[in-house]
Amino acid sequence: MSAPRAQPDPRDEIINFLPEMRAFAISLTRDAPSADDLVQDAVVKAWKSFHQFQSDTNLRAWLFTIVRNTFYSDLRRRRREVEHAEQTPAEDATDDRGADPIIAVMDFEKAFSTLPDEQREALVLVGASGMSYEEAAETCEVAVGTIKSRINRGRKRLAELLGHDAGDTRGTTDD
Amino acid sequence: MTRDPKKSDVERDIDDNLRKVYREMVEQEVPDRFRDLLDKLRQSEQNGDPEAKE
Repeated sequence: MSAPRAQPDPRDEIINFLPEMRAFAISLTRDAPSADDLVQDAVVKAWKSFHQFQSDTNLRAWLFTIVRNTFYSDLRRRRREVEHAEQTPAEDATDDRGADPIIAVMDFEKAFSTLPDEQREALVLVGASGMSYEEAAETCEVAVGTIKSRINRGRKRLAELLGHDAGDTRGTTDD
Repeated sequence: MTRDPKKSDVERDIDDNLRKVYREMVEQEVPDRFRDLLDKLRQSEQNGDPEAKE
């Protein structure tokens, strides 16, 4: 039996990844409306550059890469606009220090949202979406060791914010 | 679910929370605008809109 024109368009797969693209986008933007705008831009880009996708590679990682590249290029553009408008150095959102030095029991989502972008995305990709370290490294276009260290720092910071002592189960002290 | 015995309770707690938050986000209904967008992209390509191909 010959398959009648059974060549599926691989772009039809994009729709199946939308829930995860949105979840990843929300973890980057931290709010659903901006995440939807981000996903919208990423879908258009993915559609138009689909010829660059190699079918033997991981479509999810490829789509996630587009989401994050779009996120960071928007962020850079916005920062340039802010710097231009205010003539003050823009706040560095990829700074490693996290937001505030508060050590108190925080709601998980709130604590998570204070982490630097790079730690949030590494934690979401590996800790939540189930990507391997290698896939996450490919998605973020960095070395595997970089992903591992971002995850470790992110976990440590979360543990502090949530009132645990990382690597230790003592209660929180205010040292 | 695999449990890594090397993980501390804190790490396990963090990972459980991460997965929970992510699952909740994935389970949200995808807005219609995305289906519309994909339809539009396909249509504009079929109509030979050069914008949609490049």
